[in-house]
Amino acid sequence: MRYGPYNHFTGSRMKRGEMYDVVIIGAGVIGCGIARELSRYDLSILILEKEGDVADGTTKANSAIVHAGFDAYHKTVNGQMNARGNPMYDRLAAELSFPFQRIGSLVLAFSEEELASLRELIDNANVLKIPGVEMLAPETVHAKHANLSQEIRGALWAPTGGICGPWEFAIALAENAVENGAELALNTQVTGIQKTDAGFRLSTAAGGSIESRVVVNAAGVYADTIHNMVAEPFFEIHPKRGQYFLLDKAAGDIVDTVIFQAPTKAGKGVLVSPTVHGNIIVGPDAEYVEDREDLRTTGPQLDYVRQAARQSVPNIPFGMNITTFAGLRAESSTRDFIIGPADDVPNFINAAGMKSPGLSAAPAVAEEVVKHVGVALGGELKERKDFNPHRRPAAHFAEASPEKQAELIATDPRFARIVCRCEYVTEAEVVDVIHRKVGARSVDGVKRRARPGGGRCQGGFCSPRVMEILARELGTDMGDVLKDGPGSYILTGRTKAVEGGM
Amino acid sequence: MQHYEVVIVGGGPAGLAAAIEARKNGAQSVVVLERDRELGGILQQCIHHGFGLVVFNEELTGPEYAERFIDELMELGIEYRLETMVLEVNADKTIRAISPSDGMIEIQAKAIVLNMGCRERTRGAIAIPGFRPAGVFSAGTAQRFVNMEGYMVGKRVVILGSGDIGLIMARRMALEGAKVLAVAEIMPYSGGLTRNIVQCLHDYDIPLYLSHTITEVRGKERVEGVTIAEVDENRKPMTGTEKHYDCDTLLLSVGLIPENELSRGAGIQLDPVTGGPIVNEAMETSVPGIFASGNVVHVHDLVDWVTEESRRAGAYAARYVQNKLVEDASVIASRPGDGIGYVVPHKVRPENLNDKLAIFMRVKEVFHDAKLVVKADGEVVYSRKKRHMAPGEMEIVQIDAQKLKDLKPAELLVSVEGGETVHV
Repeated sequence: MRYGPYNHFTGSRMKRGEMYDVVIIGAGVIGCGIARELSRYDLSILILEKEGDVADGTTKANSAIVHAGFDAYHKTVNGQMNARGNPMYDRLAAELSFPFQRIGSLVLAFSEEELASLRELIDNANVLKIPGVEMLAPETVHAKHANLSQEIRGALWAPTGGICGPWEFAIALAENAVENGAELALNTQVTGIQKTDAGFRLSTAAGGSIESRVVVNAAGVYADTIHNMVAEPFFEIHPKRGQYFLLDKAAGDIVDTVIFQAPTKAGKGVLVSPTVHGNIIVGPDAEYVEDREDLRTTGPQLDYVRQAARQSVPNIPFGMNITTFAGLRAESSTRDFIIGPADDVPNFINAAGMKSPGLSAAPAVAEEVVKHVGVALGGELKERKDFNPHRRPAAHFAEASPEKQAELIATDPRFARIVCRCEYVTEAEVVDVIHRKVGARSVDGVKRRARPGGGRCQGGFCSPRVMEILARELGTDMGDVLKDGPGSYILTGRTKAVEGGM
Repeated sequence: MQHYEVVIVGGGPAGLAAAIEARKNGAQSVVVLERDRELGGILQQCIHHGFGLVVFNEELTGPEYAERFIDELMELGIEYRLETMVLEVNADKTIRAISPSDGMIEIQAKAIVLNMGCRERTRGAIAIPGFRPAGVFSAGTAQRFVNMEGYMVGKRVVILGSGDIGLIMARRMALEGAKVLAVAEIMPYSGGLTRNIVQCLHDYDIPLYLSHTITEVRGKERVEGVTIAEVDENRKPMTGTEKHYDCDTLLLSVGLIPENELSRGAGIQLDPVTGGPIVNEAMETSVPGIFASGNVVHVHDLVDWVTEESRRAGAYAARYVQNKLVEDASVIASRPGDGIGYVVPHKVRPENLNDKLAIFMRVKEVFHDAKLVVKADGEVVYSRKKRHMAPGEMEIVQIDAQKLKDLKPAELLVSVEGGETVHV
């Protein structure tokens, strides 16, 4: 297995064998959100992640929607956390500088039965006090959204629905947590948890051991496995795969708000939505899979997504597809989020079962978990005076005005060297995301942070340049640069001409 | 604001030829803007032979072919700027570009020639199912790694698509010691040149499976295998025809797309079939004074024809600058008829032609013993019997300009007549 030569994220206390106050297992948007909330307090925190980067599981493959909150039932934890999480996004986006846009959402109804289910959603929204939710007549919808199907019978409008960059959000949370003292260990898989007098001893796949007073389980599709290492089993995670298309920016104006389909007995339907980067995302289907790493796309399911999406947007240009991908929802057998200590192990706190609307709920989930951590540690948590909620914003050359672009180039000529010609990502931006806290260590890591390779050529032109820059900045050979996680090597050796010294 | 008579966007084979010809035809200030670190474009990574048979009557490698034009550019003292990325081309012929040495650059041109070339279609464009591991490369990217960076991209290789770059890379990988297991092509005919099928596949015992596609990519981190299957007439895979390969690499050679983001920004009309600008006999786009040539207009299979077309674009751009182009002229619409996918140019003003009008086109299917016929308002002005025509090989017809000047037809219709459609 090739790990890449630069896995230098690791906990310092972990190395010294000291005890942490809190260890968080899983560096997705839930785990990183919890870490960042906890980093407000005077605590020693370690985030453990089995993959080579943060945001590398469900967080990197989902619909990227910040749901308004009308959909999840008000008597569930899902419903309450979604309603609370959504309004928290504005402030978080301002503090942490990640892409978030409140573009509103529509749920389309194509039959009397579906209109009835929209009315139920409006009742649910009223209980949860979701602002501005209303039913629109087809004429009203078509007047604003010309590309939607003529077959619609009505639609639910929710102005507070939004879209975000989920992995940018999680990376920003992790970076801010680390800036405020939290530690992060990547490529570190937890293989066992033992109770000790003071708390827990966690063993890792690499043979290490880590001590902690409190453990937070944010392990996504593996949350049941982690839970069962130390507590009595009471839930199972059933990964439910969803497949997506991502269309070129040139298709970006086909819809300007999130388009859902009314939930029916057959399922939740597929969505068509702009992304924060100006693309169009289409999906997902829903299919239970056995393997928790089964991120395959399949021909029949992609066909299903195409057909289902055309019901909402008949002329959707699938010819402009730039990539397809699949994500796994961490669906719990309890059919709801599981937030709080295990009944039999009070200092082991679950944040599990985070299927949709997990992303929307993440900020509220983090607050909830902090309360439980406070209780577990025996009282009020002490706030740090030097907590800095702000993350240094990254400059995005492509989005800057010509004047601002000239300014950027004047400060650093590497802003004038375009690495990715599809997304106009500059060398300065690539170098920045490598050297930030929780910096990129792989081609996909750079792509998630700065977007080279996220455009229509999918890295065809820029991947050699990105690899060259990674190798240079990290002091390694280009041949050792990985696509993403351990084992994802790109190059297999030198050519004969180079080997032979020609 | 800087001022130039002719600005060439792109320093590949098209841009080099256009720049040289613009200068030779009297344009005084000409500049080539190139985004890469050297001139020559994609030719620099095409280290195989086969370039120049038409233009130089000899076989050159890609870098050698480029060198001839770069040398001439230098001799003529034509200005060029490297690492210069054009961000915007506007209909008023202003250009905004950036470079690390010059910062933000604004240029007012009298004429512009667009020579941005093309890019490769990706896995996403054809939605190949399966995992998304490392080890899936477009053929051109793999070519860059192998020929420019000096790294191999795999040991056991399957190639999807029989475009020329894929065929060339099949041979290149085999020469480097990799095992190339198969080339799968979804169409019933190859997308590449016949000479490449012979020299790159047959000579190396690499099987070509026509009417086959990839149905699955295996391997979570790195490619571990692929499955190919035969497709029916609707190009849908047929169950029971699957072949499984253990391999670490999948190369894609599934088509090229003209890069027209800048053209779109300038409001230039594009042909949905070619993906490139609609052009007239002068290779001028729908925006007067903005010309285009080479793969940005339509994908060529031989660089020699890119050169030929770009020489015309450069020469006409110089004429435009000197007000020698007849703008207010009768216009002939040039259209694809039966069996023809597209024709370039789309419009012809006979007054501006020299002695011949060259029409470039691709046929839609493989034809044997068919006639390529051009009719001017129904009257045959060109007819030639062709033993073999295929979509992978561009066809060219030359029509006597005087004939068009005399006839002044409203329409030129290019069609395939007779012969047989071949399903391999």
